[in-house]
Amino acid sequence: MRELIRKPFFWGLVAIFALLALNVLKDPTYLALSINPVNGNLVGNVVDILRASAPILMIAVGMALVIATGGIDLSVGSVMAVSGAVSMVFLKDAGQSGSIGVALGAIGLALLVSAVLGAVNGVLVAYVGLQPFISTLIMMLAGRGIAKVITEGQNTSATNDPFRWIANGFVIGLPVVFLFAVAIVIVVALVVRRSALGLMIEAIGINPKASRMAGIRPSGLLLTVYILSAVLAGVAGIMSVGTVMTVDVSRTGYQMELDAILAVVIGGTSLSGGKFSIGGAVVGALLIATLDKTIVFLGISSSATPAFKAIVIIVLCMLQSDRVRSWFVQRRKPPLAKLGTTGVPSKQEKQEVTA
Amino acid sequence: MSEAPPLVEMRDISIEFPGVKALDEVDFRLFQGEVHALMGENGAGKSTLIKALTGVYKIDRGSILVAGQERQFHGTGDAQSAGISTVYQEVNLVTNLSIGENVMLGHEVRGAFGVNWRATHRAATEALAGLGLDHLDTHKPLSTLSIAMQQLVAISRAMAIKAKVLILDEPTSSLDSAEVEGLFRILRSLRDQGVAILFVSHFIDQVYAISDRLTILRNGRYEGEYLTRDLDRHALISKMIGKDFGVLSALGGNRRVESRDYAAEAPLLAAKGVGRRGSIEPTDLDIHRGEVVGFAGLLGSGRTELARLLYGADRAEEGELALHGKRVDIKSPADGLGKRIAFSTENRRDEGIIADLTVRENMILAVQAERGWARPIPRKEQDELVDKYITALNVRPADPNRLIKNLSGGNQQKVLLGRWLATNPELLILDEPTRGIDVGAKAEIQEAVAALAEDGVSVVFISSELEEVVRLSERIIVLKDHQKIGEIVNGRDVTAQQVVDIIAAHGLEAAAESGIIDAEADLHPVEAAHATAPVPPTMEEDS
Repeated sequence: MRELIRKPFFWGLVAIFALLALNVLKDPTYLALSINPVNGNLVGNVVDILRASAPILMIAVGMALVIATGGIDLSVGSVMAVSGAVSMVFLKDAGQSGSIGVALGAIGLALLVSAVLGAVNGVLVAYVGLQPFISTLIMMLAGRGIAKVITEGQNTSATNDPFRWIANGFVIGLPVVFLFAVAIVIVVALVVRRSALGLMIEAIGINPKASRMAGIRPSGLLLTVYILSAVLAGVAGIMSVGTVMTVDVSRTGYQMELDAILAVVIGGTSLSGGKFSIGGAVVGALLIATLDKTIVFLGISSSATPAFKAIVIIVLCMLQSDRVRSWFVQRRKPPLAKLGTTGVPSKQEKQEVTA
Repeated sequence: MSEAPPLVEMRDISIEFPGVKALDEVDFRLFQGEVHALMGENGAGKSTLIKALTGVYKIDRGSILVAGQERQFHGTGDAQSAGISTVYQEVNLVTNLSIGENVMLGHEVRGAFGVNWRATHRAATEALAGLGLDHLDTHKPLSTLSIAMQQLVAISRAMAIKAKVLILDEPTSSLDSAEVEGLFRILRSLRDQGVAILFVSHFIDQVYAISDRLTILRNGRYEGEYLTRDLDRHALISKMIGKDFGVLSALGGNRRVESRDYAAEAPLLAAKGVGRRGSIEPTDLDIHRGEVVGFAGLLGSGRTELARLLYGADRAEEGELALHGKRVDIKSPADGLGKRIAFSTENRRDEGIIADLTVRENMILAVQAERGWARPIPRKEQDELVDKYITALNVRPADPNRLIKNLSGGNQQKVLLGRWLATNPELLILDEPTRGIDVGAKAEIQEAVAALAEDGVSVVFISSELEEVVRLSERIIVLKDHQKIGEIVNGRDVTAQQVVDIIAAHGLEAAAESGIIDAEADLHPVEAAHATAPVPPTMEEDS
């Protein structure tokens, strides 16, 4: 337990339980699970949360890796839209609403296109040397455009049962989409931690110069990571269009990059790169899904949603911040010598900034 | 000159940073109408002293007197209002503003309706004319000028506030020799107008060409103040590195050199005309199997730059490298590593350790990088590797899972040495492996180097401590001012002083050749300055 408290994502877990408790206060049966007598599937709010968390899990894990290299990927939301658009248009054109082959074709093509977009990001960052923020910002804007071109600007719907099953189906009573997400996260985590990929990503993120001097070729690694992030975003796109079997190019994946970045930060990965935690990103993604559902459940007006999200996240980040923690420690027992050296200058700095 | 009271006097200045005494009771005097060189190796405290004088750092003890009055500087503004102006190494001007705006930035002439631009440009032209730069159009953007001209604009900017003291920190590092000459002409004319100039440079020849007086710092301590003409290059160098002639001479070469016939042997690595503009002139170099080659020279002499080219840390712009007689193209550290060359940097913190990773991870990093991420080193092999080098190099604490940033400098260095040894190199380049570490660790690293050479590994050993180089190396490559100036085969009769001799002697010849100084200027700098001052600068405007 003590080890758990020390984990950076501990406060994320606390927040999830706090939100659930809040919901239970409003409705004591919130956590209740029941079994649908017709098909034997689990039904309940928690199941809904797990289902909603699947796409966020995908992009959060990709984002964690990108951020660990010292970069950022702002294009994940747009890549989701592109992936959704590609798969919907493919399914619509192919017809054959029962064919597994068509569904697999749609998925394969969507992931391939996503990978190409990720490769463009990677090349711009690793070989051209553009700043990740700028490169992926361009892709964020371009991606929506590409999605619109693919769908010719229309919301596109299709019917294909195997494809729909990915997002809405159940296996052994659990939502397929969540099981898929967990499986992919586990595979990514294993690949990253069992190979030396994780070590090298961290080395680049902590000290790019020293990593280069140690013989690491950063370009190939960066390319790999940006492609991985885009492919995961492609998976997220498939998951999110699959629920309604419609792609709305201006809504699908909209502002999801922010959710992904928040999930990573909540999970304790520093935005300046270096050490990363996939477990933390998972906690962060679950928290964001819980938060989204809670806002709806509590009946908070949709225009106030961003503000509510912001409050929860600011509080979390403050709890994680070393400075805030040490500030609390100092408040409790002000050591005279330290106040002079650490407490006062920070105030002076702020004054200088404002002046 | 020395009868008048000094314009600036710093007495018993001490500045302490956490854990380090950057300056320890340093005295410094600067007279009106002189060029005063501040000398010392990196880390000697030169820039700290300058920052104390310009108000960037607060002094912990001591006093600063300007024109006889004690002053307390709480910021750069205070120093400027006391008439002290600084031109830093990197030109800090705004390249997309006009020349005039740059000269007058912050001192624009104001009229009833805001800035009076016409008067401002007139004032700028006046300030530039003071340096013989009145041919410049102040309305043109600064970016149309060459770096050298920008440097001069920076100086006129400093002079626009009627500075009495002008501080130049490494002003010549990005200039070629003609540009340096132009700069010196202007400095001499400023000096003759009564400006006190503080000049910092790694180029010893330039110091002799321009300065009237010099102050030497070493390890944050005041080493002495001399008239430049009274102190020859030998004495200057040995005071900077802190060894008396006596001590230098006493140390002999310890490495036995069997009469090795270098010509008969095919070298492991042969460099022909390898160079890179601005860092090292084209250089020839052979390194044989199992040989320790020392690179000797002062900091900034090009020894690190040369080593970086061999490893691929920087790309050579000209020349070629051959390994085992076969031509190789080394474009990156990964290439160098693939060719079984390893390079341990002098900049341990920025280019060596990965601070937030463990000792284990730091140690296996180069081997892992060579194998690629898809082929991880099995845990058992990692343990063997890490244990082997922790034991062999006596890393303390011997805990592979501790973060490397929590180790002392010497132990970090040992971990890095382990990282390179683990790659099983044929050529190991060690740049300042013993700097800033305690005596025990130093001896252990020196022993390791000797043992490696016995095992047939070739080692390039770079160190500021000449006697260390002489003790360990079989051959010594002497570098100065970004070029190789000599090569010594080590023997019992070779001493650190001989190396100093070569460095010092080369200065005179080279300086005479390049025309930066002539004999007259060397002996009577003031008269020489008078002779050259009225001549307008020869530098061309680069448009």
